[in-house]
Amino acid sequence: MKLNGAKILVQSLKNEGVDHIFGYPGGAVLHIYDALDAQDDIKHILVRHEQGATHAADGYARTSGKPGVVLVTSGPGITNAVTGIATAHMDSIPMVVISGQVPSALIGNDAFQEVDAVGITRSCVKHNFLIKDINQISSTIKKAFHIASTGRPGPVLIDIPKDVTITQIDEPAYVDTIDMRSYQPIVDGNPEQITKAAELILSSKQPIIYAGGGCVIGNADQELREFTRQLSFPITQTLMGLGAYPAKDNLFVGMLGMHGTYEANMAMHDSDCVIAVGARFDDRITANLSKFCPTAKIIHIDIDPSSIGKNVAVDVPIVGEVKSVLKDLIQALKGKKTADISSWWSQINEWRSVDSLAYQTKEGVIKPQSVIEALYEVTEGKAIVTSDVGQHQMWAAQYYHFDEPRRWINSGGLGTMGFGLPAAMGAKLAEPNLDVACVTGEGSIQMMLQELSTMLQYNTPVKIINLNNGYLGMVRQWQEFFYEKRYAMSYMDALPDFVKLAESYGHVGIKVEKEEDLKPALIEAFKQKDRTVFLDIMTDPSENVFPMIPSGAGHNEMLLAGRDEMASTNDEGLNLV
Amino acid sequence: MRHIISVLLENEAGALSRVAGLFSARGFNIESLTVAATNDETLSRMTIVSVGDDGIIEQIVKQLEKLIDVVKVTDLTATEHIERELLLVKVDVNPNTQADIDRQIDQFSAKIVDVSEDTYLIELAGQSKKINDFLDALDASKILEVSRTGVTGVCQRREG
Ligand SMILES: Cc1ncc(C[n+]2csc(CCOP(=O)(O)OP(=O)(O)O)c2C)c(N)n1
Ligand SMILES: [Mg+2]
Repeated sequence: MKLNGAKILVQSLKNEGVDHIFGYPGGAVLHIYDALDAQDDIKHILVRHEQGATHAADGYARTSGKPGVVLVTSGPGITNAVTGIATAHMDSIPMVVISGQVPSALIGNDAFQEVDAVGITRSCVKHNFLIKDINQISSTIKKAFHIASTGRPGPVLIDIPKDVTITQIDEPAYVDTIDMRSYQPIVDGNPEQITKAAELILSSKQPIIYAGGGCVIGNADQELREFTRQLSFPITQTLMGLGAYPAKDNLFVGMLGMHGTYEANMAMHDSDCVIAVGARFDDRITANLSKFCPTAKIIHIDIDPSSIGKNVAVDVPIVGEVKSVLKDLIQALKGKKTADISSWWSQINEWRSVDSLAYQTKEGVIKPQSVIEALYEVTEGKAIVTSDVGQHQMWAAQYYHFDEPRRWINSGGLGTMGFGLPAAMGAKLAEPNLDVACVTGEGSIQMMLQELSTMLQYNTPVKIINLNNGYLGMVRQWQEFFYEKRYAMSYMDALPDFVKLAESYGHVGIKVEKEEDLKPALIEAFKQKDRTVFLDIMTDPSENVFPMIPSGAGHNEMLLAGRDEMASTNDEGLNLV
Repeated sequence: MRHIISVLLENEAGALSRVAGLFSARGFNIESLTVAATNDETLSRMTIVSVGDDGIIEQIVKQLEKLIDVVKVTDLTATEHIERELLLVKVDVNPNTQADIDRQIDQFSAKIVDVSEDTYLIELAGQSKKINDFLDALDASKILEVSRTGVTGVCQRREG
């Protein structure tokens, strides 16, 4: 039977087990839309902006572990998608983006809606393809999914000229194996390196496990738990790792980095052995590199060799999937005795007693931290929480104690405002039976508001927790600390009435202005299982995120709430972001 | 330090721009880059000369290996290797300078590949240093045009 390229494409997506596509039509992809229309296996979600499609596919991927799939048209369709592709790339999220292209004969002629999609996306994808021949469609789709979801995952773009989707060939046979000589990700760690790591672990007196997003992406949460408990070592997690190890467990010393806990950062600073698992020593984590872990030997387990030794010199590198390497390490350590680390634990508990996440309440004002605490209570810590970017993101990370992986969905690497709402929609589609909350700010939410419409159309009920402080709060905080309170362009004037706005999109809106109304409003919102509810919560406009490592400082130079209300930074710090 | 990095990669459209883009995006430096298909026409060999400390070169190698199209990366500088570069240089000749130019050509075993009324086109292959020395030896004011291929190289061991 003869099939056109569009039908072959859709069939290839089915072969990969795709059940949702997030997209937006346009001239270059009309044949593909026609083919999608003729089938029922794949559900297409019509977003309201292509950036929303990429974030929704991303939220779907982070929640389910399966690649998110996006379909956009040429020109503005793909340029609108770039922010979401870069967001997924920075956080190593598996995604396949299909973009239409002008017909082959017109490529390079500045045709209507032509952009060099492969060129524009090159530096923010794991790989990309331009399909020039209909015979390559099925094998390219196969490769794209393979590349996106194996090794260190990431987004893959496939650009398809319109003519390739309408030509016909005999239906290609399905190929279910793939072998690429140029792409063979490493799975298992080198046994010698594992032995070396085990020796170092057993002799360390002030160890700490520093676990990152790789433990979530690499589905290594069970191994991470077993490994940590086997050793009874303190464990800290990055913003991206939260949930891989349960927050309520006593071995967990909190998140580390710029807004991490005092005990996590102090323990990193004084440690003699840092065991980095699926983490990449990002600048939000290390703070000032020259002051980073001055006395530690470093073991680094990562799937990506280029992450090892990039920012920090490593003593024992182990390249491999974190899941596999942790299994081997657990085996290598079985029955072995670690050094006595009880005095290390006493020291850590002393740091803990500082209670660096304590905050002052104020009569008549809703503290943003208390909103997250109430959210945690009302959802019993079981919701999927997506977030946007800013102070609210940090508070969500600090006060919603994630006990399971894939429940905390945020843009850590790129820090993309606008991510939260479409990601919540994607998460709800992946896990319809879980409550989904989107913690956002009045600044961020306005970057992707249009997706409220999509959420009504496809009935994806989520609870929007808008911490409305009337400011681009994170910007305001830096201006208060580092620019002598000159608040240039960080005040959000002329805000919409979010309640009416939610209602106009067919959702429920609730405004919360008093502390005593907070919990009842949250309970009411989550009771409305099948409705999207927009909670516009007026929070303290002057609150800052603490604790904090100011730019240029080391882990042992944290600013604490109450103790160091004003921060200052040196000239070097001012040049950092 | 100067390193010669040899990259075996899929002979695909766009592979060159992936490599070039990687160098510019990450701020790595490229002194020269040569590329052409190998005996296996599905593969290309690219030779890149870059300068950087060990940490930077290690990152360059790892980042190149990470590119999906790249099959193999070798830092030739770390092994026994042969490197060559080809120079084509056009010089002005007149009865006063001809003897001197002929002598330099002789000394460096260069070759005249084209002659016109008042120019020579000279070819010279060798290590970059030899080519630099030859260009230095010519009277700078007589050099009309220089074209160098950049370095290409191979590892001397049987298994590269
Ligand atoms: C797309 C984008 N533009 C700009 C920024 C820089 N930025 C980081 S946080 C922030 C303020 C966010 O304000 P809001 O959403 O109200 O959150 P708040 O910090 O007040 O909780 C800004 C502008 C960004 N991260 N993303
Ligand atoms: Mg705000």
